[in-house]
Amino acid sequence: MTNNKRSNELVNKTLAPLVKPGLGYNLVLAVLAVIVLVGIFSYTGQLRQGLSVTGMQNQVFWGLYITTFVYFIGISLAGTLVSAVLRLSGQHWQAPITRIAEVITGSALIGALLMIVIDMGRPERLLNVFIYGRIQSPLLWDVIAVNTYLFGSLLYLYIPMIPDLALCRDRLEKSVSSTRHKIYSMLALGWQNTPEQKERLENVIKIMSVVIIPAGIAVHSVTAWIFGMTLRSGWDSTILAPYFVVSAFFSGVAMVIVAMAIYRKAFGLEQYFTVEHFKKLGWLLVAMGLVYGYFNFAELLTEGYKLKGHEQEFLSMFFTGQFAPHFWLFFLSNVLIPLFLLSWSKTRNITGITVAGLLVVIGVWFKRYIFVIPTLSFPNTPTYYGFTPYSPTLQEISITMIGMAGFVLLIALFFRFFPAIPVWEIADDLDKDSTISHINSLRVR
Amino acid sequence: MYISRRGLLKGLGLAGLSVTIIPTIDKISGFNSKALADTSNSERKKLVRQWVRIIDLKKCDGCEGLGMEPQCMAADRSVYHRPEGQEWIDVKKVHGEGGSSYWMPIPCQHCENAPCVKVCPVGATFHSETGTVLVDNRKCIGCRFCLAACPYDRRFFYWEAQVSDPKNTFTEYSPEFPLPARKGTANKCVLCESFTKDGKLPACVSGCPRGAMYLGDLETDVATNGLEVVGVKKMLAEHNAYRYKEELGTKPRVYYLPGHGQEQGRNPRD
Repeated sequence: MTNNKRSNELVNKTLAPLVKPGLGYNLVLAVLAVIVLVGIFSYTGQLRQGLSVTGMQNQVFWGLYITTFVYFIGISLAGTLVSAVLRLSGQHWQAPITRIAEVITGSALIGALLMIVIDMGRPERLLNVFIYGRIQSPLLWDVIAVNTYLFGSLLYLYIPMIPDLALCRDRLEKSVSSTRHKIYSMLALGWQNTPEQKERLENVIKIMSVVIIPAGIAVHSVTAWIFGMTLRSGWDSTILAPYFVVSAFFSGVAMVIVAMAIYRKAFGLEQYFTVEHFKKLGWLLVAMGLVYGYFNFAELLTEGYKLKGHEQEFLSMFFTGQFAPHFWLFFLSNVLIPLFLLSWSKTRNITGITVAGLLVVIGVWFKRYIFVIPTLSFPNTPTYYGFTPYSPTLQEISITMIGMAGFVLLIALFFRFFPAIPVWEIADDLDKDSTISHINSLRVR
Repeated sequence: MYISRRGLLKGLGLAGLSVTIIPTIDKISGFNSKALADTSNSERKKLVRQWVRIIDLKKCDGCEGLGMEPQCMAADRSVYHRPEGQEWIDVKKVHGEGGSSYWMPIPCQHCENAPCVKVCPVGATFHSETGTVLVDNRKCIGCRFCLAACPYDRRFFYWEAQVSDPKNTFTEYSPEFPLPARKGTANKCVLCESFTKDGKLPACVSGCPRGAMYLGDLETDVATNGLEVVGVKKMLAEHNAYRYKEELGTKPRVYYLPGHGQEQGRNPRD
């Protein structure tokens, strides 16, 4: 096959879903939209009645919402890792997955912000945070960090997409509505693929990949400090910020693996997401899993050795007590099984790696749950009124699904209108030896 | 860098707009932020009063000997219309060494280095000019970070609209007397700031039939339980006063004098 032919095939494959998505795809969108709508309906109930519709009370006053918020923050590191850290370390294999990773980042951050607003007792006073914001509060650090990271990630998603938007503009003129075509042309910013434009684009991408890393690390650190700055067993720990960064890498990589597996099947991109990609991400997952396990061990050992204050009662809650099933299930499904699946050469294939990724993606949520709830279930003062243990209500679960389903919906909707893989970068690779510039070959109609 | 005239005008316009828009939002949101800023920075000024509470555990028997529920809790409930189980002061039976037990009233400690004041993202929680920690329910966004920060579990949240007490129908809201309650905001003990301003004792102090709780002022070194007047420093020194969870560095403003309620005829093993 000549380069030209391969480029054409690539373009056709990636642009086809933008014109005519399959029935299954639309069905998925519809189901997700319904879940979100039901959630919004439940939320109006919460607005009317107050947060008493949830299972939260004065003892366990943060529940599913905050758990999911922390979860989304963790997932959001995916983009930075794949498109910045790997790019800076001189890797090139990750090119096809950069866009998916960035979209996951953007959607997860939007989901996180949504969960925070949902959790607020007075969402209509959101602007108070900007009007009366006190920089002494870790919550304000989080607002600043998350918004900076969201803005940076969206920019980092958009800029490398400009050549592809130009491609949409040039190729899809006849097949999409004129409004959509106009939007493509507007977003393409007059990209003509001149050498000067290309050079500028490369420079901007380089700068962005350096800038985005501290922003990503900051988001995870300050989210950890929301908890770390309190005086509660399980949260009052200096290791929390780096621990959050590592667990974010861990869940972020897993999320990219899962998304890659789904897109590979859904859009027939087997050719571009190869087993090599899965293996490399798999090794990354192993590395992160080991560091993550080590951090867990270091934390539990120092706390368990000294048994300061009420630490003994607190730890036994995990090992043998109320939260033991969650804890051991997490340990098994989040650390042991994935590590086994990834290390054993027989399961180190696309299916095995995807299963490992899926286990981590789900398991990390439960890890967040047993990070937030047990600490709050443990009273600070020696005796307390008998309080009912936290269990989320149906309405609360439904509202949480706004974030969960909304997150998937945002990703799915995005790829309904924009190409799933960076066409120009792949084409660049295909044409590496060729003297004809790739985009020029693509633009020949 | 070249800035076009158009760009310059646009920038100036935006800057001007932001200058006008923030005070407008301030007005719309219903209260003057400058007036509040005055009280929230009061820590730096000399305090007019520095209220502390002294709780003599030798005198407290949880009102067991009277056959009643703890009267400080009941007083709090009746003044602030607190739902049962969410009184701002809590009297707990603490079990100690050798099978002993004693009653320990735990109100808000009104910490000098208050974790709840530190973490509030909007400054809705602040120190009043008497050192009391108050909440402005008109400003609070309901994030519940203060509930997380408090090591004494003395912060509460209005999970739903509260049934208001008919006798507070004409009450005008102020952080010193935070009624009517506002759904979706945090609340806590106000050390009856509105009473002490008028020279009266807080509800829990005057409500205690045993005289176990004293309101003291560190500035003038005077304390009273409504029955006798004592010197704060002298009393603290003579009775081995301690503060609850002092090791956390919160500098609480509640002092405990150790005991088992023996002055009310209570046996430590009761």
